[in-house]
This record gives sequence, C-alpha cells and structure tokens, in this order.
Amino acid sequence: MFANALLLALRELRRNVMRSILTMLGIIIGVSAVITLVTLGGGATQQVTQQIASLGSNLLMISVGKRMGPGQMSGAAAFNLGDSEALFRDVADLVAVAPVAIGATTAIYANENWSTNVTGSTEDFFPVSNQQIAEGRLFNASEVRVGAAVCVIGQTVATKLFRQQSPLNTRIRLQKLSCEVIGLLKSKGQSTMGSDQDDIIVVPLRTFQRRIAGNQDVNLIKVSVKEGADTERVKSDLERVMRVRRHLATNEENNFNVLDMKEIATMLSTTTQTMTGLLSAVGAVSLLVGGIGIMNIMLVAVTERTREIGIRLAIGALEHEVLLQFLVEAVVLSSFGGIIGIVLALSTALALSGLLQVPFVFQGGIVIIAFLFSATVGVVFGYFPARKAARLDPIEALRHE
Amino acid sequence: MSDINGALPTPLLELRNVTKIYGAGDAQMQALAGINLSIYPGEFVAVMGPSGSGKSTCMNILGCLDTPTTGHYLFQGIDVGSLSRNQRALLRRNYLGFVFQGFNLLNRTSALENVELPLIYRGTTTAVRHQLARQALQAVGLSDRENHTPGELSGGQQQRVAIARAIVTGPSLLLADEPTGNLDSARSVEIMELLTSFNRDKGITVVMVTHEPEMAAYAKRIVHFKDGLIDTDHQQGGH
Repeated sequence: MFANALLLALRELRRNVMRSILTMLGIIIGVSAVITLVTLGGGATQQVTQQIASLGSNLLMISVGKRMGPGQMSGAAAFNLGDSEALFRDVADLVAVAPVAIGATTAIYANENWSTNVTGSTEDFFPVSNQQIAEGRLFNASEVRVGAAVCVIGQTVATKLFRQQSPLNTRIRLQKLSCEVIGLLKSKGQSTMGSDQDDIIVVPLRTFQRRIAGNQDVNLIKVSVKEGADTERVKSDLERVMRVRRHLATNEENNFNVLDMKEIATMLSTTTQTMTGLLSAVGAVSLLVGGIGIMNIMLVAVTERTREIGIRLAIGALEHEVLLQFLVEAVVLSSFGGIIGIVLALSTALALSGLLQVPFVFQGGIVIIAFLFSATVGVVFGYFPARKAARLDPIEALRHE
Repeated sequence: MSDINGALPTPLLELRNVTKIYGAGDAQMQALAGINLSIYPGEFVAVMGPSGSGKSTCMNILGCLDTPTTGHYLFQGIDVGSLSRNQRALLRRNYLGFVFQGFNLLNRTSALENVELPLIYRGTTTAVRHQLARQALQAVGLSDRENHTPGELSGGQQQRVAIARAIVTGPSLLLADEPTGNLDSARSVEIMELLTSFNRDKGITVVMVTHEPEMAAYAKRIVHFKDGLIDTDHQQGGH
C-alpha cells in the first residue's frame, strides 16, 4: 500500500512540476535565509569571543584626562615612570604594570618607509598585552634600564619594510634613532575595535623618552590583574593611589581614567549578540514568508485537487489511501526543498564568511529547527486541505468548483 | 429477454422502495419517492427523464456513491445501505465502472496512466497493469494515444479514455451518466457503439442516463423517471 502511495505521489509531483517547484521554493528560501543569517551571526559572535581572549587576561588601562562623555577627554598632565612603579608597589593583586608612551613616527629601512606608531614600554608590556614572540627575542629588563637602541616589531611593519626578508639583526631608523630589530611578534590580527594589532614597533621606554619623544611622559599605564582577583576593588585601589600621586583634593574629580578592557569587550560581545538576534529575527520572517508561500500554493491547488480526490474516490480509492498519497507528496516536497535549502544556506554562509572575514561556524540547532518548521508547514498545508476533501462525498468533490 | 425472466435469476441489483431526501426542515427536497427496480446481469438499461426527475440521484445510489434515505439497495444481494464508506469504496473498486458526462480524467496525466489508476488501487502488479491498460486502450481504439494527456485529446477521445478506465478492471456494472452529453452526434454514435459492444461481447451490464432518445435507442430497456418515481419501464427490440 505504501509503495502504491509513493507511486501515485511521485506521478502527481512529476505532472505538476511548476506547482512542485513553487512549493519547494518557499521552503528553500525560508530555510536557507534563516540558516545563512544565523550561521553568519554565530561566526561573528565567536570572532568577538576570540578577540576578547586575545586581549590578555584581566587588563586594566589607565589613561590621562578626565572623561567628559563618550570618547571625549579633557587635557591633563601625563603620567611618569614613577606613577607606574608606585601602582605596582602599593596595589595588591597585580601581576604586572607596563607604562606606555606612544608617538607617531616614520620607520625607515633602506628604500622603504612606513608611517606608524612607536611604543615605548618595559619588558612587562609583552605579557600584559598578550604579545608573543615569533622570531628572535624580546628586550629584557637591563636593556630597558639602560635605554638600549633595540626594537621589537609586528608582522605588518615587517612586511611593509622588509617584504619577504628576515628583519632580524638589521637596523631601522625611527627619526634620529637607529635601532636594531631583535624580535618579530606573532600576528594578533584585528582588535575588537578594528585596528591592526600587528602594526606595532616597541622600544624600551627610556629609549623612547630620550631619543624620540624628548620628554619623560607616559601616556598610558597597562595593568594586568591576578586571575580571580576582584577587579572592582583593584580599580578603586588604583584610583586611590593615583589620586595621591597626582595631588588631587577630595573635591576634585579624577583627571585620569581607569578602563576595564574586559568590560568593553563584554559590551561588544553583547552588541554582537544583539545583532545576531536581529539577523535571526529577519531569518524568522523569511521562514514565515516562505511558509505563507507554501500555504498559498497549496490552497490555490485545492479546487483542482478536490476534483482529483473526487475522481480517485469514485473509482474506488479509500479515504486513507488518498490521504497517504497526499502526505507522501507533502513530505517528499518538504524534505527535498529542505535539503536544497540547507545545502544552499551552508554554501552561501561559507562564501559570505570568507567575504566578510567572519569565521564559519556550523550551527546544527538552527538547521534542524528551520528544516522542521518548513517541513511542518508543507505537511500541514498539503495534508489538511486534502483531508477535508477526502471526507467529502465523492459526488460533492467531483462537483467542486 | 423472456429466457432471463423465465429462469428467474438473481438480479444484479435491486432497488426496494428506495427514497432519497436532501436537506432538512423547510428546505427538504424529495429526489426519490419510492423506487422499485431490478436489473439483471447482461442488461443495457437507459434511464431517461426531465431534469429533477431523480435519475441522477438514482444513478448515484446505484453507483454506491450515495445511500438511500429509506428502503434498500441490494447489489448482488448485499444491502449497500448497511455498508461503511470504505466498504462501498471497495465495492466500486471491484465491481463498478464509471463514465461521466465531464469525462473526469486526471489533468496532465497520460491516457495510459489514467487507465491504470483503478488497477493501482487494486494492487495489480506493474507488468499486468501495463498490459491490461494497453488492452483497454486498444479496445476503445486509442492504442496510438497512450502518452497523450487529456489536454491533447478531443472530447470524443477523452470519453473513450474514460470508458477504457471504466472497463479496465472488468466490472460487473458500468454506470454512464450522460456519456454523450458533451459530444457532437458523430462522436456520440462512436461512444454508444463502444458501450453496446462491451455489453454484447463482454456481458457487462450497462446503466446509462441520457436525455437523447437516439442514444436511448441503443439500449435494450428504457426506464423513464418522473417526479422521483418510475413512470414507464419497457423492453425494446434492441438496435
């Protein structure tokens, strides 16, 4: 009996190629839209999560200036090396403190030059910023103390200045300073904010202050907090010590700002999740529209199909035989459309993830949900009108206009 | 016909005081007012009468598509009124063939597949099914039109496909509801000759509703309906 139903169903689908294709189209569009969007959204979320991990553990950043509002700072005196040493000495639960001074400059090697920022810091800069060495070595404490003319460069700088050549043991010029490249950093890619973390040149702080900036300023202090420590407490301790160092009276506001990087990263990941939610909503709408498309085609076909059912009943088909045929038709269409939709969605997501530089993360859950939803719509709207027709008297069904 | 009546064989079908009432309350409409009719195997009966005389209702009851309100319809001695929907469907499947005024073929479906349809529900194997369907199409003279769909066939050809579908299972009873109603006179004659030949050569009992006396003239017996009752019922010499 099932073989018969299959035979009849396949014959009916083959006869009505247009109707079959249109029905499947509804399923294909719905399924592929929702899977593509959710997959891309998931990829973006994962990317942000990885970037948070690359920030380094429990990083706090102290910058100069009072926070006036989003992105605005009022001017204030810079920090100095003594501030960072005091913080490390007086605040508990710190792993490392790295004073950072940054200046724009042009790096020159042979005929190549590259405009970038030079960072002056201590050997603690590398663990705090989660920067690791790829080739050569990092500078050490004694080189920092004496202000040696050495530098460590990132992948972008290396490519711009040296092309394929190894940069190690060569000298590059940074304004009046000629310094030896002793290390090449591992690539970190884009930061959460979209800046290139590999476009970097690091020299010892003292070298930077004496030979490039010509002052004792420190613009930024990066602080790495112990795992498991209470970041909020550390943050208020840092503020307290810094207020004393900067001689602020009790009624004065902070003229510096302590930023918890993790907080920002978490905020960004929340934003990404919101975006993913929005994309999923758009996908859900397409799924719904696809479902309505299927429903329309099925309902439009009812008149013709009611007569067909009348004919079948008149020549001796049993009600359940007719229904089984319609059920098989709906299931075949839905599964076919669903599978095409899934394949289409995954290849689109794969292509787009390359284009948008978002990792491709397969989301099994949404594939199953989308498939089940459209299959349900297909089966419900294919089956229930048929059930109504099959319960009619054959004469009624034959007369149906 | 005297030999048949003389031996008093069992009727193929028998209507005993059958009435049919549609609707309820004030909208009630009595289509059949008490019909008694016996039809014996091998007969060719034409049912005539004006519109609304109850002949179509009677055909639907004879075709087990509908059941009497009161009275009994016996098909080969079985009371059809007491059967379930599915049992009546099985009766249609195994013993009955239908030819409709509007042909009622499946659209976009080849003649061969249309004729095969009743055999599929019977569970006939593929090879036998093809063979029987081809034979039926050959019997109605459409061997060369096997793969044509109804849209590619003329009205007369479509009705011949419908007849092939009706006789492919070798039914005991062929019911034809105005089979020539949509056809011109030349095509009508072809159809009548086909029905006559199946009645004569294969012994299939034929009951046919028609408006046209020329078509009724092919039958051996003519039953006239009027106001839900049988008005006249007489044998004739045949064609």
